[in-house]
Amino acid sequence: MPRALRPLSPDLQIYRPQLTSVLSITHRITGIALSAGALLLVGWLAIAASGPDDYARLHALLGTGFGLTAMLVWTFALFYHLCNGIRHLFWDAGRGFELKAIYASGWAVLGASIALTAAAWILSSRV
Amino acid sequence: MEEADNLSSPAPVQDLGSAREGAKQWWMQRMTAVALIPLTLWLAASLLRHVADDYATLAAWLRTPLAAVLMVLLLIALCYHMALGLKVIVEDYVHVERVKVAAVAVIHVLSVALAVAGIFATLRVALTG
Repeated sequence: MPRALRPLSPDLQIYRPQLTSVLSITHRITGIALSAGALLLVGWLAIAASGPDDYARLHALLGTGFGLTAMLVWTFALFYHLCNGIRHLFWDAGRGFELKAIYASGWAVLGASIALTAAAWILSSRV
Repeated sequence: MEEADNLSSPAPVQDLGSAREGAKQWWMQRMTAVALIPLTLWLAASLLRHVADDYATLAAWLRTPLAAVLMVLLLIALCYHMALGLKVIVEDYVHVERVKVAAVAVIHVLSVALAVAGIFATLRVALTG
């Protein structure tokens, strides 16, 4: 069969979403989001280096609805990728492959990510 | 039928095959990941503490040796980890060889550029402020 016409896995119209596959693609998506975040981090450093006036303008931008939403999404992406990344490192060490452990750790990652994001936001609003 | 589909032809051995750096890249992805655990937590905690700071306070913090050094380490680990991760994504979805090679090359170049730009900005604040 010509290469272009071979069916590719996963067959998204057929497969039922499961915790395993959803967390896996989310890990990839948050990785991409954090790559964009790395650009913004360097941008923030560059503006900090260019002086107080530019920095004040950036600060104002971050305080807008758009800025705050972006920060919230970035915070969640950060904590999710961190927690699921640790889950991955356990797998790399050969641990936690039993199906029950995979599901338990998966729910733990989801819970921890949400909890850490919420904690960060509560703490930052008190500053 | 393409030559590469015929396993008895020399094409798979001559043109295709591994880049021979796979094991090292796998290991470096894990090494940078482990380094990024404490560095990321430090970044998150630092940003939280300094989110409402005025410029002078923020610059004073970034000028401390610990903050400057950790930020530089973070940038190196982050850009390395990012480059490897994005490379894997490109390899998963791009199957036209020329486009794939070009995309991975661009990722490497941009990652280095990002790290250098970030380190420069950090040192600029830390050394001149």
